[in-house]
Amino acid sequence: METLFNEGSNLAGAVDRAFIFIFAISFIFTIGITALMIYILIHFSRKRNKNPQQFSHNTKLEVAWTIIPLIIVMMMFYYGWVGFAPMRKVPANAMPVTVIGKMWSWEFDYGNGKVSKELVVPFNRNVKLNLVSLDVNHSLFIPAFRVKEDVIPGYNNYLWFRPIMKGTFDIYCTEYCGLAHSNMLAKAIVVDSLEFNKWLADLKVADNLPDHPGLAIVKANACLTCHSMDGSKIIGPSFKGLYGRKTVVVAGTGEKEIEENDEYIKRSIIDPNIEIVKGFNQGLMLSYKDKISAEELDKIVDYFKSAVEKK
Amino acid sequence: MTKSITQEPLNYLNHKTGLWSWLTSTDHKRIGLLYLYSITIFFCTAAVLGLLMRIEKMAPGQTIMTAQTYNGMFTIHGIIMVFIVVIPGLAAVFGNIMLPIMIGAKDVAFPKLNLFSWYVFITGAMLGLYSQFANGHSPDTGWTFYVPYSAQASSNVVIALTAAFVLGFASILTGLNFIVTIHRMRAPGMTWFRMPLFPWSLYATAWIQLLATPIVGITLLMVIAERTFHIGFFDPALGGDPVLYQHLFWIYSHPAVYVMILPAMGVVTEIFPTFSQKPVFGYVPIVFSSMAIALVGYFVWGHHMFTSGISYESRWFFSFLTFLVAIPSAIKVFNWLSTMYGGSVDLKPPLLYAISFIFLFTIGGFTGLTLGSLATNIQLHNTDFVVAHFHYIIFGGMGFAFFAGIHYWFPKIYGRMYNFKWANISWGFLFVGFNLLYFPLFIIGIQGMPRRYFDYDPKFQMGESLSTIGAFILITGFIGMITNLIYHSRKGAIAPANPWHGVTLEWQIPSPPPHENFDEIPIITHEPYRFDNPYTK
Repeated sequence: METLFNEGSNLAGAVDRAFIFIFAISFIFTIGITALMIYILIHFSRKRNKNPQQFSHNTKLEVAWTIIPLIIVMMMFYYGWVGFAPMRKVPANAMPVTVIGKMWSWEFDYGNGKVSKELVVPFNRNVKLNLVSLDVNHSLFIPAFRVKEDVIPGYNNYLWFRPIMKGTFDIYCTEYCGLAHSNMLAKAIVVDSLEFNKWLADLKVADNLPDHPGLAIVKANACLTCHSMDGSKIIGPSFKGLYGRKTVVVAGTGEKEIEENDEYIKRSIIDPNIEIVKGFNQGLMLSYKDKISAEELDKIVDYFKSAVEKK
Repeated sequence: MTKSITQEPLNYLNHKTGLWSWLTSTDHKRIGLLYLYSITIFFCTAAVLGLLMRIEKMAPGQTIMTAQTYNGMFTIHGIIMVFIVVIPGLAAVFGNIMLPIMIGAKDVAFPKLNLFSWYVFITGAMLGLYSQFANGHSPDTGWTFYVPYSAQASSNVVIALTAAFVLGFASILTGLNFIVTIHRMRAPGMTWFRMPLFPWSLYATAWIQLLATPIVGITLLMVIAERTFHIGFFDPALGGDPVLYQHLFWIYSHPAVYVMILPAMGVVTEIFPTFSQKPVFGYVPIVFSSMAIALVGYFVWGHHMFTSGISYESRWFFSFLTFLVAIPSAIKVFNWLSTMYGGSVDLKPPLLYAISFIFLFTIGGFTGLTLGSLATNIQLHNTDFVVAHFHYIIFGGMGFAFFAGIHYWFPKIYGRMYNFKWANISWGFLFVGFNLLYFPLFIIGIQGMPRRYFDYDPKFQMGESLSTIGAFILITGFIGMITNLIYHSRKGAIAPANPWHGVTLEWQIPSPPPHENFDEIPIITHEPYRFDNPYTK
């Protein structure tokens, strides 16, 4: 679907003109410099030229090779600026979509609780993406559209584009954000207006209930960086089905089976390296003694309890 | 080959012997060699990590290591290469060994401080390594330690910043030492404009070291204050600003790029006149372009942050300044070519490395312009294009200039000569390997392949695999080169005092130089590059 150099948005043309201009100049100069170098090595080689000339100045030449590059780089600057300036001028009629970046996935919020995992946008319509981060720095990059802007917590960064090509295009995270940075991917899907309206109408309204207070603490402390919610193994054991689970832990030199109860959960947060679930490494987790209060610990335990009961 | 000589003349290598005499030596040449050996060890370590990463990326998905290991590797690779190898590299090694000799001094202004700097450097290097393994954490922030990610995981970032600061302190002390040396210790008659250009480049570098490095210290204090007293500087959870961290980081780390490249330019500026037997073309413009790079280099840090959400005005203004800093570099390239033009050019290994420096630096420079231009930067920022660009500048530029320098001054340093054929063959591997390793990354970078990606889309596999093959060729060349040098530093043919017919002061004293360089301080009567009696006539 996607070819190498698709110009997928209204902004791409000017960017590519800047590319072509800069690359063309670069090629000419690099080849020129290299050719001159080879010419010098051959023509003025010691074999052929035993008598080096001794000149060391040429004011005209020196002025020329200061002024001409100056003009050229100013042109490069100008092309770059002209290609870039429209990226910061969002048309008033642009359709807003809130992009939520978190370790390690994207969500696209169309308002009214409609949240999608893919960025579906109508063909030839202005779209503004408001970039929100829930944890660390990310960066939203859609190569085919030539747009990129960092997604930084506490910042109201944005970008906009008008898709001028239908199809499916890659979205990457381009600000390093930890373990699964290279899996923080999504697709931008450009469809007809009619198709888009139907898709949006059919999009399920997300479960918008506020988080359990315990889960909120878990999220605020970035526990989910290392402990998954879905049973997958990241750095530490998953939280899925945690409460009441029987598990084998390594404590000191011996192994023992324990039940993951209130006490165990609290101990694992305060003194995480006393007992390590078998198959995981010691020393990766630090104590949260000063970060999570006793009250909060109760809420976390309560959350894990409720999560198991719900099933 | 040489017959064993019973009574070798005394020089700085043999006037005292034993490890202790090296570890306590205040001789600038010995300290330079201490830097050379320690930096070489660090370089080899980080290069092996680089090779392992390339093997991992031979194919998409997991190949030989996990994502966690990969993320740790690019972090350590970056920290070692940037802070321990390249920033101190040329200035500490060749600056120490050659600066006093080239200006006709017996040593630097503060020899004991000079030795102390090396110990500070080693302490910082150890701290840097320790930061990566402290608390049992495998490190994975990247060498840039961006908050809030770096603030989340552990306290390692404090140690890492401390390491950067301690290393920076060694850099400040060396810079201070060089500035005073250049101001106060020039031989009688050596006016500023009779000083060779490598010392000039060190002078410009030293000012950057002195003025930019304290920023790291300030950043460190702010991070510690944030951790300890919960004053929100950077962490949004405390009401801080993550982008402020990026500003402070790059206010130091961008000028640091010029700390790497200016001495490299200085080295090749010595090589071209010697191997052309012709004065440097445009001595004064080269001096001023060095100073201009040092000055303007302070004001372009924002080009690392074009997508971070800084204001529209700062984006175009930083872009504008970035283009201005290109001009002095361009002037230097034209000056080097004109220095050779009309000369009697002898393509010995040092010149071979020096001209490949021009080629690689030109590519690095032009791709830098592509990154400095706003529209194209948006596409390229944080892609493999950036990785390729800075390796062309740092490795292709500073690295090849270092190789040129070591082949140039080797006979002076050791009093022996390496094998030319080996040097040339190794160069071939290095040059081909280098380009195959990094050039494909430009292409896939333009297509959108992000950097610091453990896994990638199969459409990028062609570029990634070629790059890995290049890495193997490059390493082969490096092994060839270093074997040639190490072997011949002891077993090579005895080198004459002035094998290349150079005219700067280091070639007028014996090889290896005596303990205090000059029996009698020379008196300088003319500009540095005057080939009155070309040996070739």
